[in-house]
Amino acid sequence: MSLTVLATGPLTTVQDLGRPGQAALGIGRSGVCDRASAALANRLLGNPADAAVLEVTFGGLAVRAEADLLVVTTGARCPGAPHAAPVVLRRGQELRLGTPVSGLRTYLAVRGGITVEPVLGSRATDVLAGLGPPVVAAGDVLPVGAPVAPAPGVDLAPVPEPAPGELTVSVLPGPRADWFGDAGWAGLTGQAWSVTSESNRVGLRLDGTPLERLRTGELPSEGMVRGALQVPPSGLPVLFLADHPVTGGYPVIGYVTDADVDRCAQLRPGQSLRLRSR
Amino acid sequence: MRLLPSGSAALLVELDGLDDVLALYAALSADPPPGVLDVVPAARTVLLVTDPAATSLAAVAEAVRATTPRPDAQTTGDSVELPVHYDGADLAEAAELLGLTPAGLVERHTGATWTVAFCGFAPGFGYLTQPGGAWDVPRRSTPRTKVPPGSVALAGEFSGVYPRESPGGWQLIGRTDVAVFDLGREPAALLRPGTRVRFVEVSR
Repeated sequence: MSLTVLATGPLTTVQDLGRPGQAALGIGRSGVCDRASAALANRLLGNPADAAVLEVTFGGLAVRAEADLLVVTTGARCPGAPHAAPVVLRRGQELRLGTPVSGLRTYLAVRGGITVEPVLGSRATDVLAGLGPPVVAAGDVLPVGAPVAPAPGVDLAPVPEPAPGELTVSVLPGPRADWFGDAGWAGLTGQAWSVTSESNRVGLRLDGTPLERLRTGELPSEGMVRGALQVPPSGLPVLFLADHPVTGGYPVIGYVTDADVDRCAQLRPGQSLRLRSR
Repeated sequence: MRLLPSGSAALLVELDGLDDVLALYAALSADPPPGVLDVVPAARTVLLVTDPAATSLAAVAEAVRATTPRPDAQTTGDSVELPVHYDGADLAEAAELLGLTPAGLVERHTGATWTVAFCGFAPGFGYLTQPGGAWDVPRRSTPRTKVPPGSVALAGEFSGVYPRESPGGWQLIGRTDVAVFDLGREPAALLRPGTRVRFVEVSR
């Protein structure tokens, strides 16, 4: 069983839950940017949680089924997609995802999972480290695995969709919040940050009024996880997503709570983000 | 030991120096607290990444405080020998910065065992230290856009080997033909925290 890729849109990658447990070797976790949406897609098809899916950035993916396949999309709703409602794609039938109305990342899951060759225990494409399956390209034939559990028979999962406009999420102090003091924290949590077009799977680059450091000097590199708000010398925070570096040498002022990182991964360039102190 | 917040899923332990980091990392990685997915050593810190569904940060903090560090970790890790051609583009400059001749630098680089203190920057890139090594080499003021794979380099108190072609600001002193990161090999990463490394000069 397989799926032939006809078009990919701006970026389509194969993703799963990533490769945790190897960060000490300089190998980041990577994996789906919006874990909750991808997990829902797999649940709707009776796939195991670690089945690989396609992460489609800003729509535009077109595929042809080379066998009868049960498929579903979650995350950003694209016109033409079986959104949160599994459908059978007959052999030879094509599925074309339009541009999402809101949100950025759409997960296309196939019953049985995408079974490209794993790299270091995972099928996640890490765009920063250059690890994992290659970025999906037109002409690729993606193998699909055999189902391992009965399909749950769910027709439709009512889930909130990524909203346009401003998003507010919870933020906790990071290990170096004291480098910025109360004024820095007020600056972080008191403005609407704008998501810039330099954002990607590594992180969201935010624009706004820069945060000022209270202290100078260098920070020895230290470990990070997704959700970290790292402040480079520009004073403009970067909110790290799935393909973040394992360690970083700029101070982390705060962390978006883990569950809220999924929602941040659906932000498009130009949308605003408010970080509310929790 | 100071425990610093790192969001809802991780905890950062700050220590006094590399030796303490390695000793705590050795103990935690040999016997990770339940629900901990990753233990990430760095220059002064050890990050514990948890699965929030499987544990709480309070439980992990308690486990860390109850952990006995293993200071013997520096002398008990696996050993690796790396043959090096000492013909790097920055060899003469690095030697001068250290007040040595190029031959003197090679002698010091090969003269004592290095230990991988931590990894980062790229998959398989190890930050190597020499106990009492007295290395202190500034980075290049302008980083190179392309450092060839296998380049052996110095920066600060560290030595390292570039696993693949990448940008880099370290001073290049030589190159090795050994792949420090090879996806076709098990394990792919040759250098892991605690691994001891001996550089050997390939005769010219």
